[in-house]
Amino acid sequence: MSEPVPAHLADRQIALVDLLDRVLAGGVVVTGNITLSIADVDLVHISLRALLSSVSALRPADG
Amino acid sequence: MTEATPTGVWLYAVTREPVPGELTGVAGEGVRVVEGHGLAAVVGDVPLGSFGEEALRRNLEDLDWLSTVARAHDAVIGAVVARGPAVPIRLATVYHDDDRVRAVLDERHAEFAHTLDFVTGRTEWGVKAYLDQQPEPDESAARAPASGRGAGTAYLARRRAAQTSRAEAEDRAREQVIAVHNRLAALAADACTHPPQSRALAGHHGQMVLNAAYLVEESAARGFAAEVARCDDECAAIRLQLTGPWPPYSFASLEES
Repeated sequence: MSEPVPAHLADRQIALVDLLDRVLAGGVVVTGNITLSIADVDLVHISLRALLSSVSALRPADG
Repeated sequence: MTEATPTGVWLYAVTREPVPGELTGVAGEGVRVVEGHGLAAVVGDVPLGSFGEEALRRNLEDLDWLSTVARAHDAVIGAVVARGPAVPIRLATVYHDDDRVRAVLDERHAEFAHTLDFVTGRTEWGVKAYLDQQPEPDESAARAPASGRGAGTAYLARRRAAQTSRAEAEDRAREQVIAVHNRLAALAADACTHPPQSRALAGHHGQMVLNAAYLVEESAARGFAAEVARCDDECAAIRLQLTGPWPPYSFASLEES
């Protein structure tokens, strides 16, 4: 179980997956007049492709 | 003087508070502010060679790049939120110039103001629940006295018992997860769920059965964390993990308002 005392925002140890849940799918989406918003890109593909390639790189002998 | 590299304007957050002076952004750039309608858009100038549309589409597929940029984006937002209420902007929102950023503040200032009011004095917390590893469920079936039936029938009976026991454990876990989510949501100003993370990606043990976010009053944070611990103790079928505090990423959507 995690520390029941809330840590300070600046002292967080953040798992990448938890962060990607939020920065790729959360936050305000602003469209129009921009070069690119991640809202225009297939999110699932980005996060999954990037993450899966890293996972398979860690497991060379995948059956 | 050489020709300047073409740059875009990366948007991190919108706030009403003064922004810390020495923040470094996703491209190692100094973070600055674009003002309008009493709002401050926290931005940085990023080279389009890496952060333009084409480059972004390619770079976002690179986990090391994505990881570095996501952490830098989060670090800026975290520093801004530490100063006062801010609305985080989704990763990879890049404008051509400051005028476009001002236009966004102009068009949507009422929505930003509304969201800023909503997150003021509140913090996001994450709670993930995992199905607890059950002891091998078919032990009692294996020890059952041999009946007159053949070994194949006995095997099938054991298999069925194991499956039933597993299904029952999952049902129990599902009920507990719903109860936990309701208890935690009752302590929060708002709650939402993200899709469960894949085990291969997140590297956790046990199936993830809840990946939720709660927007909690700062004064209630301790009580919320204590309630998470209590739920974890009381619910044998699941294991809980608390993450945070987070900037209010999961509660800053202007889209539906």
